[in-house]
Amino acid sequence: MSDDALEPATDGRVVLDARDISRALTRISHEILERNRDAVDLVLLGLHTRGVPLAQRIAARIEAAEGHPVAHGALDVTMYRDDLRTHPTRAPHHTQIPPGGIDGKTVVLVDDVLFSGRTVRAALDALADYGRPAVVRLAVLVDRGHRQLPIRADHVGKNLPTARSERVGLRLEETDGIDEVRIVELEGVPA
Amino acid sequence: MTRHLLSIDDVSAEEIQRLFATAAEMHDVQKREVKKLPALRGRTVINLFFEDSTRTRSSFEIAGKWLSADVINLSAKGSSASKGESLRDTVLTVTAMGVDGLVMRHSASGAAHQVAGWLDIPVVNAGDGMHEHPTQALLDGYTLQRQLGGPGSLEGKRIAIVGDLTHSRVFRSNVKSLSKLGASVVAVAPPTLMPSGIAEWAKADGFATSYTLDDVLPEVDAVMMLRVQRERMSGGYFPTSREYTVGYGLTRQRLGMLRDGVPILHPGPMNRGLEISPEAADAASSRILDQVSAGVAIRMSVLYHLLAGEEG
Repeated sequence: MSDDALEPATDGRVVLDARDISRALTRISHEILERNRDAVDLVLLGLHTRGVPLAQRIAARIEAAEGHPVAHGALDVTMYRDDLRTHPTRAPHHTQIPPGGIDGKTVVLVDDVLFSGRTVRAALDALADYGRPAVVRLAVLVDRGHRQLPIRADHVGKNLPTARSERVGLRLEETDGIDEVRIVELEGVPA
Repeated sequence: MTRHLLSIDDVSAEEIQRLFATAAEMHDVQKREVKKLPALRGRTVINLFFEDSTRTRSSFEIAGKWLSADVINLSAKGSSASKGESLRDTVLTVTAMGVDGLVMRHSASGAAHQVAGWLDIPVVNAGDGMHEHPTQALLDGYTLQRQLGGPGSLEGKRIAIVGDLTHSRVFRSNVKSLSKLGASVVAVAPPTLMPSGIAEWAKADGFATSYTLDDVLPEVDAVMMLRVQRERMSGGYFPTSREYTVGYGLTRQRLGMLRDGVPILHPGPMNRGLEISPEAADAASSRILDQVSAGVAIRMSVLYHLLAGEEG
């Protein structure tokens, strides 16, 4: 769950529409395949909330290209966040590790928006409690910059340079009924 | 969530479902190789038990440790309480060491409420006299809801609670939480173990009472047997334990009166052969061991929601 994804914006301007999102996911899927021939030992793990349907979509695209299913699941990082003490507690989402586990696998974490990098840091910690992957990579639909940790994505759908005063709102068919990414100007936040 | 969990009155039906949802995820942690979540790293929880307990204390201890809290167990035996220190001085002293949460069991009804008023850290009632035992009721409700098919599945279900109702904090907490979950309770006990004034109470809280277990068993969706609390009884409630078993024990014969697959619960420790027969305790429909593992998950959920978030 990226910091931006709590309440998706419905105002501001649309920067990616459904077709842009679809193309970006297709490209990410092909990039992942190029790095992992045949998609064997590949595990896609979506980060809650909106990384989960994105991982499913990428898995479906890889399956269509390769003709066999690719292991995918969901990872919840709530208990691993470094900002637990600054929010009211939230009930964790369901973590679903595919039956084959992650030991020795190539795990691709999938999230919607990469921002501070703190969600990904928490995800790396969570992953270590489930096993020891051979390789961990990161795929995001949108990279909006402003990293606070030494983390970068391996597969990026769209680089969206933003100001801190802006908010990136991503909505998906599965969770919000529509595919789109918006940029919203927040008032009262210094750029 | 409120800052304390002293009574089921402290949580709404919605909050109970949130605690259950979290507990379901905590339940999965028990199956992992690394049974540890970092949510309470650096926080210290004291289990202060003025009354004997094995499963509740160890359940809270495991729950705290799996959330990475430091857990310290203090029992009243061999502590300063047995040297005459007042309850207030004892809790102020132990919490002055820099504790972030207190789990307390005490033989006096209302003790946890009183202690919560003296402290500015979250207090969890792990059983106070004959008053309440909220985490037990939550784990019972969670076990039943899971068994009967998830959120909402307790709606309209009939649950029998059988045994020593007078002395039972488990009964008091369960009546409240099961009705918040939409179930209707039938309280079954011999007349001598029915709390006085239960008729008005049952009317106000919407549960039924019965003296005849055989009438109730065929029509319930779950049955919860309570322990006969020998330590709270100085005689006179029933003539012999044999007589209690004949009237109110879940015997092998009575097992056959239950509809197929009706879950059997018991908060433990069991008096096998007294309130529950070995056949019932070990039946395929017995959920007694599930209750124990649910206990850890529920207590993790409670500790997480009370201690992990921002200061209230």
